[in-house]
Amino acid sequence: MNTQAEAAERRQDASATLETMILLTRKAEFSASHYYWNEAWSAEENVRVFGKCANKNGHGHNYTLEVTVAGEVNGTSGFVVDLKELKDVMEREVVGVYDHRHLNLEVPEFAKMIPTTENIAIAIWKRLEGKIPGAKLHRVRVYEMPDLFADYYGEP
Amino acid sequence: MRAYFSRRYRLSASHRLHTDTFSEEQNRDIYGKCNNPYGHGHNYTIEVTVGGQVGAETGMVCDLVELDTCVQKNVIERFDHMNLNLDPLFQHQVPTTENLCMEIYELLADFNKAELVRVRIEETSNNSFEYPVSKR
Repeated sequence: MNTQAEAAERRQDASATLETMILLTRKAEFSASHYYWNEAWSAEENVRVFGKCANKNGHGHNYTLEVTVAGEVNGTSGFVVDLKELKDVMEREVVGVYDHRHLNLEVPEFAKMIPTTENIAIAIWKRLEGKIPGAKLHRVRVYEMPDLFADYYGEP
Repeated sequence: MRAYFSRRYRLSASHRLHTDTFSEEQNRDIYGKCNNPYGHGHNYTIEVTVGGQVGAETGMVCDLVELDTCVQKNVIERFDHMNLNLDPLFQHQVPTTENLCMEIYELLADFNKAELVRVRIEETSNNSFEYPVSKR
């Protein structure tokens, strides 16, 4: 009897340790064009600060988006978040809006905000925050290219 | 809003893990093939992360050209295609990638265009080291 009771207790302990915070990351890709330009500055100043990124005809990148969520592992499903739901939210809120678009000209938040990698990460955070069922947004990482990326954690 | 910006750089260098504190046998036991007498090399990837407020006018944490220039001058020119053991920084410590990571952090500490947050080094595609340790 004792042995059975101990085994049950051990099982309970094991399930308790599973109920802990974990991070989960999902990637997605989108391709878009952009340019850097501050209307408040002269053309010379824009070129001086932004270099070839200031070419007003724009240029493009293959972006990789990594969305990391934090949450408790659900004791029944073993999931932090339903991956299909996360994928659908990322598709609906971000990839469907940004992919194969000109960010400055076709995505509303960049009409008055320069679409730098940092600002794209912040904008994606705002698009996703509160929309992921059962998990908390932890980090948005945007790779403009494999050697250059920006992270945003929702900090003011 | 505070964001973080990371950039990856590459350098190739040789090193040998060996310390006079230990006997030849202890060095072989501890460092294994990394203790082979003539050294060996790696293609290191140096990932530098800086953080700060995103400039309202520029949309940037800092100008990446300035970060590139600082890393090039203080790190790449110093270590690329060099023998790490011969660098003054490694006269009294073993050039493990842990120590290299901390030294590179110190070499970049004067960068004043944004806060230096982290240096992460991939020694090979399977080994990586980062300093300082952060919950992020």
